[in-house]
Amino acid sequence: MQLTDINKTFGGRGADAVQALKDINLSITSNEFVSLIGPSGCGKSTLLRLVGDLITPSAGDVRVNGKPAHEARLKREYGMVFQQATLMDWRTIRQNIELPLEVMAWSTDRRQARARQMLELVHLGEFERHFPWQLSGGMQQRVAIARALAFEPALLLMDEPFGALDEMTRERMQLEVLRIWSQTRTTVIFVTHSIPEAVFLSTRVVVMSARPGRISAIIDVDLPQPRNFETREDPRFFEKITEVREALRRDEARGVALRAATS
Amino acid sequence: MAVAQALEPVASPSAPSAWRVVTRRALAFLLICALLIGAWEGYKALGTATGGLIPGTTLKLPIRADDRSLPHTWRIVGSLFEPIRASDDTLLISNLLRYAAFTWFEAAVGFAMGGVIGFFLGVVFVQSELLERGLMPYVVASQAVPLLAVAPMVVIWGSQAGLPAWLAVSIIAAYLTFFPVAINTLRGLQSPDPAAIELMRSYAATPAQVLWKLRVPAALPYIFTALKISATSSVVGAIVGELPSGIQNGLGRALLTFSQYFTTGPERLFGAVLVSALVGLAFFGLVSVAELWLVPARRRLE
Repeated sequence: MQLTDINKTFGGRGADAVQALKDINLSITSNEFVSLIGPSGCGKSTLLRLVGDLITPSAGDVRVNGKPAHEARLKREYGMVFQQATLMDWRTIRQNIELPLEVMAWSTDRRQARARQMLELVHLGEFERHFPWQLSGGMQQRVAIARALAFEPALLLMDEPFGALDEMTRERMQLEVLRIWSQTRTTVIFVTHSIPEAVFLSTRVVVMSARPGRISAIIDVDLPQPRNFETREDPRFFEKITEVREALRRDEARGVALRAATS
Repeated sequence: MAVAQALEPVASPSAPSAWRVVTRRALAFLLICALLIGAWEGYKALGTATGGLIPGTTLKLPIRADDRSLPHTWRIVGSLFEPIRASDDTLLISNLLRYAAFTWFEAAVGFAMGGVIGFFLGVVFVQSELLERGLMPYVVASQAVPLLAVAPMVVIWGSQAGLPAWLAVSIIAAYLTFFPVAINTLRGLQSPDPAAIELMRSYAATPAQVLWKLRVPAALPYIFTALKISATSSVVGAIVGELPSGIQNGLGRALLTFSQYFTTGPERLFGAVLVSALVGLAFFGLVSVAELWLVPARRRLE
């Protein structure tokens, strides 16, 4: 995945225009797990939506597997998971996972077989006939992940998927996602505002700054794989957290100085 | 891995079964009927006792309590089972039921036409904001025109176009039906979370797939709310539509005739009103049962 000189401006021209992203360059190789982190308003979600072709950049180029983002979306190379599970409450859990497969005109047998397989992957096999409102928030989010992965997209885009979950569920979900990532070998772009979450999950953390949204640092996280409960107690884990935090703080200081200078 | 065991499903409150809902509603309905009959007969007994005055005063009761203005409820029901005239032993009820069936047929055709048109308008409006902004004022304005003004026009134009009279009546019923369906369908089609729309977009779903797999299922509870309103108003539309159309064998004509003979047989008018109300109620009930069947309990809008 390749982002070249991306700029995104919202709200027309002139004084009303808000520059959400400025001069973004980033390349992500296959099987990476990359987190985007930054203060609110830094454009991390906007960047994710640009990659997913839900919005188009004002300038610059998004390429996924060598194709423009638009083409990649039409070729169904994206799986998306949002902060809310957005399950259809008139469909059972299994039928929810089948939704993208129905859209893609898979046969009924193939659809059902794949949905069951995905339910096993997220350990919800016995809930296939349940309805979304019968599951807890964490379980719903696992269904959303299973749905996003059902058609084996090249790229999994996750926008604060665990933002609405409590801390304990969140930590369990992080392990789940890592396990699924290691089993499916997809590439993941993960938006979060939690520093430990970013460090724990990622092979690289992209630190962004706000107004306009820019990439201010890219930090490699070379903690050993597979990661588990012990990773969270590894001194290097804390070093990386400190590194990310300092990058964010440096940025904030620069932003304050910049605003003071311009006002 | 212990994750699945650790996360227990949220206890599901068991939704009441369709049958329990139906019986509960039926009991509530009977209770209200009993209360209304009680109020009617109570008022009548009071008026008879005081000679038509409010107790303790010399003020007249607003409605006279004599048998002409306010026949006994059992007289109303009884009149249904009397011959229509001395020379003809057809019972009033069998005539009224025949009229009711005909009027209901007109109403049902109008309901179906109005439902389809309303749904179609909702779909068009959700696809095109331009059309919604352009046409919605006319849709709303259509309901501001009194039905009594529209009905004769439809009948006259219908007969000029060679349509059977009953079809003109159905069109009048459709005129009342399409509006709530259009408004509620639009609201329902717009109800999905924007994230759900984006999700469909990420699957490269066609607009038709977004409509049928996301928007329409999401809109079903809204559409049924409108259909229940429309079921009763389509019967009203059919009855009003029959008046200028010259249709002889519908409830509209029966109501008109019996109101002309009110002084000699008031209970017949009340009988016809009762049957008319029952037609509307039965239609409402029919749509409600379809809703019980098609929309899961948790998604119904009450």
